[in-house]
Amino acid sequence: MQQKADTNIITVEHLSHAFGDKSVLQDVNLSIGKGEFVTILGPSGCGKTTLMRLIGGFLKASEGKVTIAGKDMTLTPPHLRPVNTVFQRYALFPHLNVYNNIAFGLKLKKLPDEEIRKKVKQVLKMVTMTDYEERDVDTLSGGQQQRVAIARAIVNEPEVLLLDEPLAALDLKMRKDMQMEIKAMHKKLGITFLYVTHDQEEALTLSDTIVVMREGVIQQIGTPAQIYNEPINSYVADFIGESNILNGMMIRDCLVEFAGHQFECVDKGFALHEQVDVVVRPEDIYVFEKLDAAQFSGQVTSCIFKGVHYEMMVTTPEGFEVMIQDYNGFGAGETVGMRVKPSDIQVMKKERLYNTFEGTVVDESHVRFLGSNFECSDTHDLESDTGVMVRVDFRDVVLHDNEEDGMLSGTVSFILYKGDHYHLTVLTEDNENIFLDTSDVWDDGDRVGISIAPESIKIENE
Amino acid sequence: MRRKIISFFGRRRTWSIPYAIFLLIFVLIPLALIVYYAFTSETGGLSFENFRKFMQHPEAINILIYSIGVAMVTTILCLLIGYPAAYLLSRLESRMASLLVMLFILPMWINFLIRTLATVALFGFLKLPLGEGALMFGMVYNFLPFMIYPIYNILQKTDPNLIEAAQDLGATPRQVFFRTILPLSIPGITSGIMMVFMPVISTFAIAELLTINNIKLFGTTLQENIYNGMWNYGAALSLVMLVLIGITSLLNTGSTAKASEEGGLI
Repeated sequence: MQQKADTNIITVEHLSHAFGDKSVLQDVNLSIGKGEFVTILGPSGCGKTTLMRLIGGFLKASEGKVTIAGKDMTLTPPHLRPVNTVFQRYALFPHLNVYNNIAFGLKLKKLPDEEIRKKVKQVLKMVTMTDYEERDVDTLSGGQQQRVAIARAIVNEPEVLLLDEPLAALDLKMRKDMQMEIKAMHKKLGITFLYVTHDQEEALTLSDTIVVMREGVIQQIGTPAQIYNEPINSYVADFIGESNILNGMMIRDCLVEFAGHQFECVDKGFALHEQVDVVVRPEDIYVFEKLDAAQFSGQVTSCIFKGVHYEMMVTTPEGFEVMIQDYNGFGAGETVGMRVKPSDIQVMKKERLYNTFEGTVVDESHVRFLGSNFECSDTHDLESDTGVMVRVDFRDVVLHDNEEDGMLSGTVSFILYKGDHYHLTVLTEDNENIFLDTSDVWDDGDRVGISIAPESIKIENE
Repeated sequence: MRRKIISFFGRRRTWSIPYAIFLLIFVLIPLALIVYYAFTSETGGLSFENFRKFMQHPEAINILIYSIGVAMVTTILCLLIGYPAAYLLSRLESRMASLLVMLFILPMWINFLIRTLATVALFGFLKLPLGEGALMFGMVYNFLPFMIYPIYNILQKTDPNLIEAAQDLGATPRQVFFRTILPLSIPGITSGIMMVFMPVISTFAIAELLTINNIKLFGTTLQENIYNGMWNYGAALSLVMLVLIGITSLLNTGSTAKASEEGGLI
């Protein structure tokens, strides 16, 4: 245990948090090593800021434990934690000039004036803002305010620096420059950086370790290379970089079938004929004219020049669409051959193969789940009020444009393109997720009606 | 011709003409008249006689000093009561807060004379004596909302991130208040002070009703002189008060400009 405290500066155990009855973090476990640059990555609303605020002490956890520098700090107020934060919109004090903003923390510690002056000068030099001491913070540009915000935090020599989307308000060019500066600063200071962002490129550029989050749950923790090359599920694969994600099936160890063909791969340990998700990065598909050397072939439907490479969409005779990035471009309409190296195929366990809901039997032809009564062809003659598991296949959930046309309504919350169909996540009004496959095109945030045919509802007695 | 008319009405400054006329008739001309009367003797002709009379009249000066004292005490009391109230209001969730702010503002819709008469009745009902205490109560009661509202306005707009930033940098709740919240709310405080201090000096009705005319404020003296036809002397007294108000607002100009920018009352 002592050993652990020496190497891990922050440990988060079974941390959960809810705003009212809306859960935003669920059983998060995370260890951050001393001196590491860790990035929490996820779309807005995934709980990443909440996690950071729990570590900073601005929120009290509903459940779980936060240990910082070997001490349990779950209930410690922010001013007693050895961490400092760079806020999203900088949060500089408008009534103080640059010098007094940076000296704020040091003055509270009652350091001698001479020492404060020395430290402020030092840190201003580090963020290349020397001679700005007397300036009013409102007169600074966004980039300069950002530097002052960083200086104000690091001048206190915290064990951990928390950065909450610090570059979100800057323009692209400025952001790239600041990324490099932050990385250099991390190297120089040698302290732990915990960085929150929704920008996957930023995360890949800066981090030693990336934590990918979704809906309050950590999906994967790994180095940028691990996250990019070996995403743990289709969500991570889709979120980080561009990818082709297809349904597949393991034939045996190191042989997987997808897009109507069998491919050698390097993944083992799946069950025989297990349904899987397969990820192939667009730059990992080799494309050429000769069809006899190809593993599979297809017709180019579009080709866009992107500067360094061409981006092509290719449709196979089996009806699958794949994205390819290559230095050689092929025009629309050309037939091309394609190959993928075994090590470039990433096979992932599916999170689920069908929807399951907890339900109760209403009568011989109805079952209640998701807060509504559904007609059901086969209730196995179970008695009313029997608790059952309801199973609905992805293909059997039908969406309607008009909310009133469905038995219940919801919002499309996540869309994954699977080459020949879309895999959608729909959030119902009771905050339940329904997963479905469809060939129709929907947009994120669409309000939809949901219905399920009576014969598609399969009931399993508990 | 027609085009000329259209372009005349299309210009933005054209629309300021009605107000400019109003301003001229009801503000500028009366002001000029006050200055004219103040420097004119009863018999006509330029003179400093009215001001000499004021300076040689210790009673009038005493009343002025007493009025300033009453205004200061009222302002301090309003600040001491109003700041915590505004602070608490700004911490509430918005629906609750707007309801409570409404309750604070509600009495303002009733004419202050009626409110003051009600206060007299209330003191009578509670068998409390009218006099200096009643005067202070009436002043604070009447002017408190003018203190609460601008401070509440500023506090409510304060970025919560600033408070978190202070906590993050090691400030205890006390230090957070004295080093961030209080300095950030100074524009609201200044605005509130101006809204209370200046009207209190010139108020006479509250003093008249709540002290049964036993205590005279500067406003009372002023009103009595004008009422009794002492136009020249009254104008001089008015001018003294105007100068006083002018100085107070000049002292506050810097922070007031900022306050109005950030949503204070003036």
